[in-house]
Amino acid sequence: MIAAFITVVCILATMFAPWIAPFDPFDPAQISLWDGKLPPSWVEGGQPQYLLGTDNQGRDMLSTILYGGRLSILVGLAAVCMGMVLGVTLGVLSGYFGGLTDTIIMRIADIQLTIPGILLAILINGIGRTVLPLDMREDFAIFVVIFAIGLSDWPQFARVARGATLVESQKEYVQAAKVIGLPQRLIILRHVLPNTLRPVLVIATIGLALAVIAEATLSFLGQGIPPTTPSLGTLIRVGNEYLFSGLWWITLFPAIALVVLVFAVNLLGDWMRDALNPKLR
Amino acid sequence: MSMLLEIDNLDVDFLTRRGTINAAKDVSLQVTAGEVLGLVGESGAGKSTIGNAIIDLLESPGEVSGGSIRFQGEELRGKNEDEMRRIRGDRIGMIFQDPQTSLNPLLRIGEQLVETILKTKRIGQSEAQKSAIELLESVGITEARARLKSYPHQFSGGMRQRVVIALALAGDPDLIIADEPTTALDVSVQAQILDLIRGLCKSRNLGVIIVTHDIGVIANIADRVAVMFRGNIVETGEVAQILGNPQHEYTKSLIAAVPRADKRLHRFASVDYIDGTGDQSSAGLQRIDINTHWLGKKSQLQLTAAQSSEASAIEVKDLSLAFKLQGAILKRNRRMLQAVDKVSFAIAQGEAFGLVGESGSGKSTVARLIAGLHKPDSGSVEIIGQNVLGNQKDPLVKAARLNLQMIFQDPYSSLNGRLRVLDIVAEPIRFYKQSDNEKHTRQLVHDLLDHVGLGGSAALRYPHEFSGGQRQRISIARALASRPRILICDEPTSALDVSIQAQILNLLKDLQDELGLTLLFISHDLPVIRQMCDRVAVMRNGAICEIATTEDLFNSPQHEYSQHLLELMPRMDVIGG
Amino acid sequence: MLSFILRRLGQSVLVMAAVSLISFSLFNFVGDPVNNMVGQEATREDRVFIRQELGLDDPIPVQYFRFLGNALQGDFGLSYRIKRPVNELIKERLPATLELVLVSAVIALVFGIAAGVYTGIRRNGWFSKFILSGSLVGVSLPTFIIGIGLIYLFAVTLRWLPSSGRAGVVELGWWKTSFLSVDGWRSIILPAITLSLFQLTMILRLVRSEMLEVMQTDYIKFARARGLSERAINFVHALKNTLVPVITIIGLNIGGLIAFSVITETVFQWPGTGLMFIQAVDFADVPIMAAYLCFVALVFVIVNLVVDLLYVLIDPRIRIAGR
Repeated sequence: MIAAFITVVCILATMFAPWIAPFDPFDPAQISLWDGKLPPSWVEGGQPQYLLGTDNQGRDMLSTILYGGRLSILVGLAAVCMGMVLGVTLGVLSGYFGGLTDTIIMRIADIQLTIPGILLAILINGIGRTVLPLDMREDFAIFVVIFAIGLSDWPQFARVARGATLVESQKEYVQAAKVIGLPQRLIILRHVLPNTLRPVLVIATIGLALAVIAEATLSFLGQGIPPTTPSLGTLIRVGNEYLFSGLWWITLFPAIALVVLVFAVNLLGDWMRDALNPKLR
Repeated sequence: MSMLLEIDNLDVDFLTRRGTINAAKDVSLQVTAGEVLGLVGESGAGKSTIGNAIIDLLESPGEVSGGSIRFQGEELRGKNEDEMRRIRGDRIGMIFQDPQTSLNPLLRIGEQLVETILKTKRIGQSEAQKSAIELLESVGITEARARLKSYPHQFSGGMRQRVVIALALAGDPDLIIADEPTTALDVSVQAQILDLIRGLCKSRNLGVIIVTHDIGVIANIADRVAVMFRGNIVETGEVAQILGNPQHEYTKSLIAAVPRADKRLHRFASVDYIDGTGDQSSAGLQRIDINTHWLGKKSQLQLTAAQSSEASAIEVKDLSLAFKLQGAILKRNRRMLQAVDKVSFAIAQGEAFGLVGESGSGKSTVARLIAGLHKPDSGSVEIIGQNVLGNQKDPLVKAARLNLQMIFQDPYSSLNGRLRVLDIVAEPIRFYKQSDNEKHTRQLVHDLLDHVGLGGSAALRYPHEFSGGQRQRISIARALASRPRILICDEPTSALDVSIQAQILNLLKDLQDELGLTLLFISHDLPVIRQMCDRVAVMRNGAICEIATTEDLFNSPQHEYSQHLLELMPRMDVIGG
Repeated sequence: MLSFILRRLGQSVLVMAAVSLISFSLFNFVGDPVNNMVGQEATREDRVFIRQELGLDDPIPVQYFRFLGNALQGDFGLSYRIKRPVNELIKERLPATLELVLVSAVIALVFGIAAGVYTGIRRNGWFSKFILSGSLVGVSLPTFIIGIGLIYLFAVTLRWLPSSGRAGVVELGWWKTSFLSVDGWRSIILPAITLSLFQLTMILRLVRSEMLEVMQTDYIKFARARGLSERAINFVHALKNTLVPVITIIGLNIGGLIAFSVITETVFQWPGTGLMFIQAVDFADVPIMAAYLCFVALVFVIVNLVVDLLYVLIDPRIRIAGR
C-alpha cells in the first residue's frame, strides 16, 4: 500500500513536472553562471527561490530533478515495454511450438545472457551512437538508450514467458481447445498468453527498477543522455565532479530521488509477487 | 488388549482472516495395540488434521482448542516442543501420502535411516548401519546392504514407500499414523503396501491409524473404522458392521456411491445427502428428446460428413507411437518408450467402450491419438468411417473431428481460469457459428448448463468459484457445445470424491442415454468401468491384452493380466445389498 | 556423465563462436577500420596499403576465420587509440579486475548465504526483518551511488581510506597484486564492498526464499515427524537442498560482478579492464571492445562450466540420470 502510494506520488510528481516545477530547466534563460552552485535555501548563502540550490549552470535543482525523474521513468517504462513485448512474443512462441523454433530462440537468449545486461547496453549504446551521424546523436540519444536497455532485457522475459507457456500448454484446457478444433493462433492469443502474464508482470516491475538503474548508470558513465536534457544519472555525474569541492547538494538530491524511485518500484514488485502468488493467499 | 491412544472431545480450529474454521469438532477415538483403525472421509472432512494434531504438527494457523489426547496414559496436549520431539519417531511414527516427495532427494537412504536410528538409540555407527539393513529387510527390500547407498530417485514408487515405512519404524514406535499411504501408488503396488502395513501391525503389535478417502482400502486393511464428515465423527465401529450395515445417513450414501464390481446397476443410488443441494443433482433434470432438441441438430459442417449409420464410431488399426526418452545422435543410444503398440479396436455407434489399465499402460495416449493431440508413428484412426489422419484442413476430416469431444481428468487445469464460464462453453458455438446471434448463444449456453445440472446462473462466474465436481460439469457442457456424437472421457472422475464421482457418472449415463452418444471411457478403476461400459479393452505396456464384454471380463477373464488385475481389486464383500 | 560434460563443452564452444562472431562484426559495423587507424591526413595510397595489409578486401568468411585464428592466440590487434597490442593492455589490467571481482565474490557469497540462512530459519525474528528491509534498500541502490556514498563517507569526510586508484601493488612476475600490502588492502576494500553489495542482497534474498520453499516440502515435514532435531533439519536436510538452485545462480552472479566492475572501476578510477572498456567505448576503440567482449564471455562460460560440474557433484539425480 505504502509502495503503491509512493510510486503514484513519484510518478505523478514527475509526470506533471512542467506544472509543478518552479522553473523550466530547458529554458536557456535559466542558465546563468551567476546563480550557479548555490546551496539549498536553508543553508547559509542559499536563496529562497532555489529550494534545493542550483547546479553548476545555475539551474534550479528541484526543477531539474523533477524533469530528470520524468525522463528516467519514461525511459525505464519504454525500455521495459520493448523488452517485454519482444521477450514475451519470442518466449511464448518458443514454449508453445518447441522443437527447432525453441532451440534457436533459446540458444540466442543463452548466448546473449553470457554478456551481462548492463555491459550489453553500454555496448549497444556505444555502437548506436557511433553509427548515427554526428548531428543526430543528441536528439536520438534517448531512443538509443531505450533501444539498448530494451534489447539487453528481453532474454529474462523470454525465459519466464517460455517457462510459463510450457506449463500452460500442457494443461488440459489447451488440449480441450485443440480438440474443439480452434486454430493455433486463437489458442495462443486467447488461452496461453493471458495465463502467462502473471509471472511476466512480476518480473516486469523488477525489470522496471533495473531499467531505471540501467539508464541512470549509462548516463552516469557519460554513455547515456546528454547534459542538455538531464536525467537523474546525468545530474549525479555532473554533481560527482563537484563532490570534492563541497558542493554536495548537486549529487545528493538527485541520488535520493533516484533511490526513492527505485525503492518504490521494488516495493511494488515485492507486493505484487506476494499478491499474485496463489500459495500465499 | 491395552489402550494405546485415547482422544476425547478433540477440537481443532484454523484461525483465518474470515473467522475460525472448525476443522475437527468434538472428535473421540481409541486405538489399541495390534489394531488397525481406519479414518475415512471425503476431502475436507478433517481426517488428516486429526493425524497431524496427534503429533503436534498442525500447519500454522491450525491449533488444538479443546479436548485431550492421551497416549499410553500420558497427556500429549501441553507438552513442549522438546518433549514432543522425543515422542515423534520414537513412540509415534508417521507415513505420508506421496513417497516421491517424502524422502530427501539429496541424501542416500542409508544416511536418512542411520540418522533417524541414532536419534533414538545410543548405539555406534556400525550398529546403526546393521539395524538399518534389518529394517529394510523387514519392509521387504532385497539386497538391503547395497541399497543403503542408493538415492531415493533410484527406487520405484512402491519401493520408496517401503523405505518411508522403514524410516517411520526406525525409532521403534508403538503407534503408526499413515496418511493416505497408498493413494499415490498403482493398484498392484497398493495391495502389497497395505499387506505390509497390516503384517507389521500384527507382528510388532503396533497400533495403526490409516487415514484414507478410499472405502476399498478400509475394507482390506482395517479392523475398526471411524467415518468423518465435516469435522465430525459420525460413526465408529467394526469394519464389517459399518460397511455392511451403516447406521448414519452419511455413511449410507457414502457407501452407496462406491462403484460396485460385482454387478452393474442402472445408476448410482441417491447421493443427495452429501451434496446438500439436491435440486442440482442430475436426477431432477428434464429429459432431452434428441429428435426435437437443438443438441440433436447437426451443424452445417457436420452435415458434410458421411452419415453412414453402419460405420463404427471409432475404428483404430495397428496404432503405434513411441516417445523419445533420451535423444542421442546415434540411433542405438536413443532410448524410446513404446507408449502405444499396435493397438486395434472398433467401437460401434452408441456403445460405451472402456479402456482399463494401470498408469503408464498407454490408455490415455490412445485417447489422445484418437482426439488428434498426438500423431501416431503408424496405424490408422477412423471416426464414423472417415480417416482422420490425413490433411487436417480437409473439410471432411474437420467435420469428422467435430463429431468427437473429450473430457479430461483434472478439473482444475481443464478450464481456462481467465475466462468466464459463459465464454468457455460458448467458445465452440461462436467459433463454428452455431448460433444466429449473441443472444442465441447465451440461450444455448444456459440450456447446456441446465442440462449438466449447474443452472444458467453459473454462466457469469469464473471457474475458480466452483468445486471440482462442478468444474467437471462445466467441462461436459463445453464438450457438448460442439454437438458431438462421440465423447472420450479420460479418467473424468479420478480426481473427485466418491460421492461427486457418483453424480458425474450418473450425469454421463443420462447424457449418453438421451443423446445416443458413443463413449470411450478410460479409467484405472475396474468397478467404475463395470458400471459405465458395455465392452472393455485391458491395456498393459502399450498393448491390448484382452477385449471382452464387461460381463465376460468380470466373470471369466481370459488373459493372465486381466485375472491379476481383477484379483487386486479391493474386496468389498462386506458391503451388503 | 562423460557425455554430459562433453555436451556442456560443446555448448560452450558454440557460445564462444557466436560471441566471437559478434566481436568480429563490430569491426565492420563501427566505423571504417582504416579511418580509425590512420589520421585524417593519410593519403589515398596509404589507405589502400593498409586495407591490403589488414586483408580487408578478402571475403568476409576468410576475414572471420583469420580473426578467429588470431583471437585464439590472444591476438586482437592494435588499439586504435593507444596504438599498442590489445592483449598486452588486457594482461596489464587483468589482475586489478580479477582481484576486485574475487574479493567481492567472497564478500557477497559469505555474507549473502549466512544472512539468507539466518533469515530463512528465524523467519519472524526482528533481526531477520531488519536484514530483509535492509536488503530491499540494497537492491534499490545503484552501484555507482553506493560507490559515491562510500567515497564521501570514508574518503572525503572521515579520511580513513583512499578515494580512488590502486595503491600499494606488489609485483609477482607480471601479476601485480593488492593482497600483499596494507595499502593494497586499504584501496581495494571500498571498491570491493561497492561491487559486492548488490549481489550480496540478491544472494541473500534467493537463499532465504529457497530456504522457505524447502521448509514447506514433504520431506522436511517427514523429518519433523521422525522427531529429528531442528539443527539436523535446518543444516542437514534444508541447507543442502537450498544450495542446489543457489549454485546455478552464482554462475550468473559472477558474470554480474564483472559487468558491474565496469561501473565500480569508473567510480573509483580502479585501473582494471572495465575502466579500459568504458574509455574504449567513448573513443570507439573497436579492438579493445571486441577483446573485452570475448574476455567477459569466456569468464562467464568457464564459470558456468565449473558450476555445472559442481551441480553434478551435489545433485545425485543428475549424476546418475546424465550418465
